[in-house]
This record gives sequence, C-alpha cells and structure tokens, in this order.
Amino acid sequence: MGTDDRSDGFSRRRFLERLSIGLSGIAAAIIGIPVVGFLLSPLFEKVPEVWRPVGSVDSFRVGTTTAVIFKNASPLPWAGVTANSAAWLRRESEQSFVAFSINCTHLGCPVRWLPDANLFMCPCHGGVYYEDGEVAAGPPPRPLPRYSVRVRNGQVEILASPIPLTTTKWL
Amino acid sequence: MKPLRNIWQWLDDRTGISKTVIPIMRHPVPPNIGWWYVFGSATLIAFIIQIVTGIALALMYVPSASQAYDSLKFITESAPLGHFLRGMHDFGASAMMLLIGIHALRVFVMAAYKYPREVSWLTGVGLLAFTIVMAFTGQLLRWDQNAVWSIVVAAEQAARLPFIGEWLGRFILAGNTVGGATLSRFFALHVFFVPALIYAFVGFHLYLVIRNGISEPPKAGRPVNPKTYRAWYESLLKRYGRPFWPYAAWRDIVFGVSVILIIVILAIIVGPPELGKPPDPSIVEAYPRPDWYFLWIFALFALIPAGLESYFIIFGPILVGVILILLPFIANRGERSPLRRPWAIGIVLIIVLMVGTLWIEGKRVPWSPDFNAKPLPIQVIGATSGPIYRGAQLFHVKGCEFCHAIGDYGGHRGPALTDVGDRLTPDEMTWRILNGGTNMPAFGGNLTPEELNSLVAFLQSRKAL
Repeated sequence: MGTDDRSDGFSRRRFLERLSIGLSGIAAAIIGIPVVGFLLSPLFEKVPEVWRPVGSVDSFRVGTTTAVIFKNASPLPWAGVTANSAAWLRRESEQSFVAFSINCTHLGCPVRWLPDANLFMCPCHGGVYYEDGEVAAGPPPRPLPRYSVRVRNGQVEILASPIPLTTTKWL
Repeated sequence: MKPLRNIWQWLDDRTGISKTVIPIMRHPVPPNIGWWYVFGSATLIAFIIQIVTGIALALMYVPSASQAYDSLKFITESAPLGHFLRGMHDFGASAMMLLIGIHALRVFVMAAYKYPREVSWLTGVGLLAFTIVMAFTGQLLRWDQNAVWSIVVAAEQAARLPFIGEWLGRFILAGNTVGGATLSRFFALHVFFVPALIYAFVGFHLYLVIRNGISEPPKAGRPVNPKTYRAWYESLLKRYGRPFWPYAAWRDIVFGVSVILIIVILAIIVGPPELGKPPDPSIVEAYPRPDWYFLWIFALFALIPAGLESYFIIFGPILVGVILILLPFIANRGERSPLRRPWAIGIVLIIVLMVGTLWIEGKRVPWSPDFNAKPLPIQVIGATSGPIYRGAQLFHVKGCEFCHAIGDYGGHRGPALTDVGDRLTPDEMTWRILNGGTNMPAFGGNLTPEELNSLVAFLQSRKAL
C-alpha cells in the first residue's frame, strides 16, 4: 500500500491526481452554475408588454404634449417608485395620439418638452428633438422612440415596454 | 505583566507569528526611498477606511428599491454620526480614486513595472479597474434620481457594443427597466463581490512586493537588464539595504495618518453629498451628472463627434485595458529614469492635460441647454415696449436663451449673441432662425411672421458699444 516507486505507482498517482482535480471541478460547477443561471435569469424572461391607462381622452388637448406616468410592465412588489415609467404623450388630432419615450437616444437621459419652443431638450449632452420626435440638434443618433398607444373606453392606454436601448447597427 | 508575557510566548510558540511577521516587517529595502513611495500604502489605508465606514453604513442601509433612499435619508439626517460616516465614506472614495491614480502614474513615471515586477503592474491594473467599479457602483447605492439615470446611461453605453450590446444593457438594468431587481444587484456587487476581488488582489500585490522587493529609485544611465537585475538588486540590498520597519514605514504612516485626518476634517466640514430627488424614473426634471471622478468621461461623450461615439464607447476602454496589460511586456527592460524616457513623461502630461481639460468642461457643461436661464432684465434689453422688447421676451420663451448667451445671461450651447447685430444682416438672421443650422433646430414652424420680425429686431439691436 502506498508505495509510488514501482511502475504502477506512477499511474496510481496520476489517477488520484485526476480524480481529485476532476471532482473539484465538478463541485465548482455544481455550486457555480445555479448562481450564474440566477444572475442571468432576467435575460431569458419573456419581454413583458402590458397596456396601462394614462388618463381619459378628454384630459389631453389637441396639439399639446404632456408627461404621463404609468407602472412599468413587470413591477416587482418591492420596487416602490422605481416601478414608475413616463412618456411624452402628444394628442395630434381628435383620434390620434403619439407617445414618445422620455429616454434620449444618445445615452438615455430624460428629455424635457418645452412647450413654447416646441422642442424636446436633453439635459445631459444637449440633444434636441422636434415635436414629432425627429432629431433637431445635438448627438442623438436617431429620433425619439415611440410607445404604442390606443384608446379604449375613453381611456388613453400606453403599451408599457422595455426601456429603448440604442444599439449600434453593424454591417 | 508577567502573565501577559507568558500568554504571548505561548501563542507565539504555537503560531509562529513573530517568526513570520518580523522578517517581513524588517525586510531590507533600497536606500533613499523618498516620499514618492507612499501612495500605494495610502491607497490601501483609504480602502480600509471604506471597509470600516462601509460596514457601519450597511448596519442601517436598506438595499431595497423602495426603501434605500429613505434609509439613506435617515442615516444622513437622523442617525447619530450617520452624517459623519457617510461623509467619511464619500471622501474616502474620492481619496482612494485620487491616490490609486497618483500611485499608478508614479509607478509609470519611474518605470517600476519593468522586470521583475510585471505581475505587480498587472495586479495593480486589476485593482485600478476594481476601484473604478466600486466608485461607480457606490454612487448608484445613493439610489436617488441621479443614480437611476446613471444606470440607464451605463446600460445605453453597454448597448452600443456589437452583438451582445442589447443583452448587456438589459443585464445592467437587471431586466427591461430600472426597477426592484436593479439596486440589489449593484448592492451585492459593491459590498460582496468586488471587495472580495480587491482583498485577493491586494494580498497578491503585497506578496509580490515582498518577493521582488520595492523598486529602487531610478537613476539615469542604469538600465534594467533581466539577466543581471536580480543579482544586482540582491547586492544592492546587502550593501545598502535598510529594514523596512521603521526606516521606510514611517513615511507611509505619517502620510497615511494625514490622509485619514484630511478625510475626517472634510467629512465634518463638508459632509456627504446631498441626496437628489427620489429614484422615480417618471420625474422628467432631472440633471443627471456623475461624481467628479467620472465627470471627464461625461464631458468626453458630449464633445466627441457623434459619428465616432460608438467606436469610442466600445474600443476606448478595450484599448486602454490592452495598452495597460501589454505595457510591462513591451517595455520590461532598459532605462527606468524619467529623464531618459521623454515619451513616458509626454504621455503622462497629455493624459493629465486631457483629463483636466475635459473635467473643467464637464463642470461647465457648455453643451447642455441651460434650462434655468433667467429672462433678460430691462437694462440688458434696452427697451420696455415695442418690437425689441417683444423680441427679447420671445428670445427667452422660445428657448433661444437656453443655448445662446446675451452678456452674462443664457446658455453656452450655441454662439453668444451679445453683439450679433454687428455680424449678421436681418436677412441672414431670418434665414438662420427659420432653417436652423449646425446643431440648431429650425424654428420655421414655431414663429409667426410678426414674432419673427420682433425677434430679428431684438437681435439687430445687439451691438457692441
């Protein structure tokens, strides 16, 4: 027992080394994989989209742009005020509404509607958009994204969806 | 005292503490080590302050999206010593960032990363990266409006990466929006994960100092030759080496204690950063700004040409990381003295100038519209009625003043119009206002002909005296 000086001692030593290293690796995987899975799990959830009412049709005047607040699509019970989302809602005519994301397409800061200037302006890096969301000045690479809007039973509803992230088009 | 001495002797015999620690404390260091060598230990001292004050704050901080803000408000306003401890943690963070930056520049200028201390440099690069992550995540734990928008900005930056961008952005948000899951992630990162990495890297970094010795102060004309360096260093220590304790340690301690005192004084006098508005993503009145150590990056993103932005966001950090990692392999021999390495001095000067300039610009934010621009007073307008007066009102109301200065009033996004009447004819002004220009919106759809005439009349009246 336990002598390593014969020719089979070498293979015995190799076997024990491999056994120990292999078992340790398996143990690390058993502990690690669930943690990594837990960490990544939000990415594999279905993208939730929920219609949220933001006010009655009559409360928005034609030609005005107003900030509306709604709960995001998947609020967690302990989210508190962080469950809130906002959009800029523009009533274009009797029947049609447009809802713009408040997130600037440059780096996501909240753009502000200036009713007299008829412009959205971003406080971070000076992005400016026209009333239709098209870029007027500054670094934003694309127009303000829009949320889907509909009118149901006299209520304006916005489709609460993920924060729009500006990705780079490659190729 | 005898029983105490007996207990110590028993403990020392069973554990070998003095046999391990005393040789380390008294390991020989090269002669003439001056004050330039104190910044590494001072960074460690700042980190220890962060651990102690961080644990103290964690006794009361609630890492929940709905309660973190209120618990921090309570710590700051009501809890005994809470105001002071938050101040310590904040200035400790600033000190750590500042000191690790100076330490890294010192090591670079004196080329202490050369043979055989390449791995000291690499672990140091790791520690620099972890410190930056700690600074960023710590700012987020304040969990006010600024924190929420900082996370969104971080996610947007990550989203610019090719292929995995969208995925990485959602990963940073811990979901599709900022919400309940977001804060807990950053809390775990800030108090468990990254500190654990820092402990491990600091341990390794210090072990390497003992193994390879402190780099001797560089001298022009004495290049590092990997073939002979170790033997030469040994003989240097044999002939001139002095024990670290206390001949070098005293400077570390004098400087380290000064750092602690300065942090304490600032924490008492200045106190912690004010909490912003609550972390409600639906409050659109926001001025997201990073803490001072990231202000220059904030400025960079405003000033680089829009077309190159994605490349900067993606390749900038990668390039910096690759250069830092390759440095000790590209230049692991040769002259160490800054006097013989003009390129190194030039690079440091460029970095300091660039970051300094960007930092000042980040403070001024000339690219941001000034939403708080006050209406022009009568003495600036020079009229109390008529087209010039009405034009001045429109200049404010229509948002012109957010971007254009008149005298001391207004923003700096666009050119100042203090004496625009000398530069442009009425026709040129009309054309520019209606059609916009580089970085100026077109106001054609937003002004009546009468309003336009008043505005032009006002601008024509802006002449140098």
